[in-house]
Amino acid sequence: MTEWETVIGLEVHCELATATKLFCGCRNAFGDEPNTNVCPVCLGLPGSLPVLNRGAVELAMRLGLALGCEVRPSLFHRKNYFYPDMPKDYQISQYDQPVNVDGVVELADGARIGVERAHLEEDTGKSSHVGGGGRIHEADHSLVDYNRAGVPLVEIVSRPDLRSSEQAKAYVNELRAVLLATGASDARMEEGSMRVDANISVRPVGSSVLGTRCEVKNLNSTRSLARAVDYEARRQIELLSAGEQVLQQTRHWDEADGRTSPLRSKEEAFDYRYFPEPDLVPLSPEPAWQAAVGEALPLLPAARRRRLAAATGAGAASVAMVVERGLDDLVLAALEAGGDPGRLMVHAEHDLAGATGALDATAFAGLTSMEAGGALTATQAKAVLAELVATGGDPEAVAGALGYEALPGEVLAGAVDAAIAANPAAWDRFLAGDAKVAGFFVGQVMKATAGKADGKAVTALLRQRAAS
Amino acid sequence: MSAAVPGSTPLSAARIAAAVRRGERSAVEVVEQHLAVIAEGEPQIHAFNAVMDDQARRAAALVDQRVAAGDDPGPLAGVPLALKDNLCTRGVPTTCSSRILEGWRPPYDATVVTRLVLAGAIPVGKTNLDEFAMGSSTENSAFGPTRNPHDQGRVPGGSSGGSAAAVAAGFAPLALGSDTGGSIRQPAALCGVVGLKPTYGRVSRYGLVAFASSLDQIGPLTSTVADAAVALEVIAGHDPLDSTSVPEPAPRLVSRLDEGVDGLRIGVVTELMGEGIASDVRRRVEAAAEALGAAGAKVDDVSVPAVTYGLSSYYLIAPAEASSNLARYDGVRYGLRVDAPTTAAMNTATRTAGFGDEVKRRIMLGTYALSAGYYDAYYGKAQKVRTLIIRDFATAYESFDLLLAPVSPTTAFPFGAKADPLTMYLSDVCTIPSNLAGDPAVSVPFGAGDDGLPIGVQVLAPALAEATMLRAAIVLEDAMAREVST
Repeated sequence: MTEWETVIGLEVHCELATATKLFCGCRNAFGDEPNTNVCPVCLGLPGSLPVLNRGAVELAMRLGLALGCEVRPSLFHRKNYFYPDMPKDYQISQYDQPVNVDGVVELADGARIGVERAHLEEDTGKSSHVGGGGRIHEADHSLVDYNRAGVPLVEIVSRPDLRSSEQAKAYVNELRAVLLATGASDARMEEGSMRVDANISVRPVGSSVLGTRCEVKNLNSTRSLARAVDYEARRQIELLSAGEQVLQQTRHWDEADGRTSPLRSKEEAFDYRYFPEPDLVPLSPEPAWQAAVGEALPLLPAARRRRLAAATGAGAASVAMVVERGLDDLVLAALEAGGDPGRLMVHAEHDLAGATGALDATAFAGLTSMEAGGALTATQAKAVLAELVATGGDPEAVAGALGYEALPGEVLAGAVDAAIAANPAAWDRFLAGDAKVAGFFVGQVMKATAGKADGKAVTALLRQRAAS
Repeated sequence: MSAAVPGSTPLSAARIAAAVRRGERSAVEVVEQHLAVIAEGEPQIHAFNAVMDDQARRAAALVDQRVAAGDDPGPLAGVPLALKDNLCTRGVPTTCSSRILEGWRPPYDATVVTRLVLAGAIPVGKTNLDEFAMGSSTENSAFGPTRNPHDQGRVPGGSSGGSAAAVAAGFAPLALGSDTGGSIRQPAALCGVVGLKPTYGRVSRYGLVAFASSLDQIGPLTSTVADAAVALEVIAGHDPLDSTSVPEPAPRLVSRLDEGVDGLRIGVVTELMGEGIASDVRRRVEAAAEALGAAGAKVDDVSVPAVTYGLSSYYLIAPAEASSNLARYDGVRYGLRVDAPTTAAMNTATRTAGFGDEVKRRIMLGTYALSAGYYDAYYGKAQKVRTLIIRDFATAYESFDLLLAPVSPTTAFPFGAKADPLTMYLSDVCTIPSNLAGDPAVSVPFGAGDDGLPIGVQVLAPALAEATMLRAAIVLEDAMAREVST
């Protein structure tokens, strides 16, 4: 029985967060009244000409440099095909000379996924089909909104380095983090400002030859992406296992049915008749501009993860989560202020999913010191933290106000001994090695101390008593 | 040479503007006079797709108000202006002489229109052309051909045939045309007027409905060289709306017109003086060379070998770009729509009904030239030839300041005489090389052929050397005036 490997390459289209469109001064905005952000240029009226938006080039370069790409002199081409939502019936795009080449996306688990290119192009308008369930062939009529026509896009093409639906999802999430960090895009899949097409093939494990691929379109979330990859891989494996062939096709993902269906075959593929766009001049960003863009780059997610892992010694998953939440700067500042690394990471990972509100690094650090020193239990610390987020202030004062006085050692020891004396049968079971009974004793002690006891300290005392 | 329309005594744009600026003549009077000439001659000539009488009268009144208020309306004050109907005019139908643009009114003015109007010029109409500027006779207009004012049985040339005829007939002293492979210069030559194609990028293309974007250039057609210089000064100069427009400001041309040609080295392009060029045309070019020599230029023969491949290269590049530029006429957003059950069928029905044969021919040719598997052999090869032409011109300009050549291989030909497309394409053999090189060239009337019809000679210059080019052009104009008066 052959074992199969899934090979995935992704093409991600992102709308750049410029104020205006790629080739004209119209507003680049989502959700406005249809056909209000339009002019002769983005409507492709006869006689109009494109003028390249410098801001879009800058954002594309910023993204490229963030992905470790080489920024190159580049050229725009025309990609010719007829479609009603494309005003000129050609799309101005970059073809064999893209602005960014040869980058990498570093995933949280350390995997490095190659980026072949990240090029600039213009978006199309948006069709909506009225009647007949919204599909074009059954519609009564169609409407086109050209507000999106000419909005700047970068198309980021990965190498076929991804091996699972999970990894594909992780890649998209990481890319989104980079896009957000650089301010290049708001990267919202649900609004269509980030769109993903997946090239999927399978091959026997150990093979170095790529199988025949299918390109799957209409993936509107990372969940759709993962489902489509799994479906498509299974479909291809079944075909090959049955001795049949995979046909090179473009396929459409149906979210409701959970399956892909063919859109067009390789033979039916468009001949785009690319040729250099004569209305634009070659783009060669001057070195000083490139350097300035590179120097202004913010710290990127992968670097943030490395920095946080080094400072806290936390595991990759926790580190990834904290960086994804944007809490790494707070944790590092609290660490600097003398906080406990382990407790800082635990709180950042589990207790600060929402906003950090009025919490500052000094208070955060103080809280974890109290916790580590035994002055607060984990449960108490969580309550104090919630208060610090809501109203701010000093953790000791907050703990005092909540009545979380540290329990003197002899009081705790007395409560433990009392619990043992009151429950001899349970104590025998504990002595016999039934670790679960520890929880029972902790509960008893908590009850006796009105929740002020530290569960860990109780367990330690129980062990101590058992050993003596 | 007098215009064919009786009673018309064309005044130059420069003289009209001077009189209007000094308040000696009113713009309204100038415009009324020209509208009267149009009313009389237009039914025979058909230079216009639309005459803008009302707008012209209103614009003239505004110019007069400015003069009365002590303002200077500009160097073209009160000058009637004919605009080729592929230049966008706000609110005024712009048809490209095609059914496919039926009913379309641009919401904006072309940059050249804005600049001319700001300089005081008064648009009086939109002139006829070969559909989408594809042709050399205006016979490809969907609205019927324009007739040559010098012989109404003959074509005015094309594609700017309406503009050339309008100037020749005295309908307007100034017209704009567009030149992709000779479309200003060839009709100028056939109608006996001056026609200038500037350096590619010298004049903004914003608002010129594209035929072949890397070749298209707007320029003036006038009755005198000086008028062409005035008009070019007004329309030239960088435009932020056209990325291919050169950064240089408009050149000074008028003040340098009388610098003469003494010491200039002028080469007669031997490849364009041989087979296929009528002997009377060749003789006029030789006469022009003598006239320039007599004025102090050093004239010699020069070989520019690659120009012989210009035509074949052009007929791949221009249709390829056109096939893409004309894709937008799909019936979805504006102009003609022929309904059909599906979008694709509607596109096909619209384009089948809306485009004429020559446009369809070039769209098919260009689509083929760009197709996968053929690109390298056709479009790619044509671009290499283009590079060779640029190189050969550059070599020639190491030894010469200007070049001299015929414009059209023959004088104006009768309607229907070149029904075979390939025969028609040969009309542009002498003009196409300048478009491929992106260099300026001007057609100057220089006498008549054996049939008594006008012949133009062509002065070619390196990029941005319009000032030098016009110095030679005006020397030829003066020499011609002397030849006629003696």
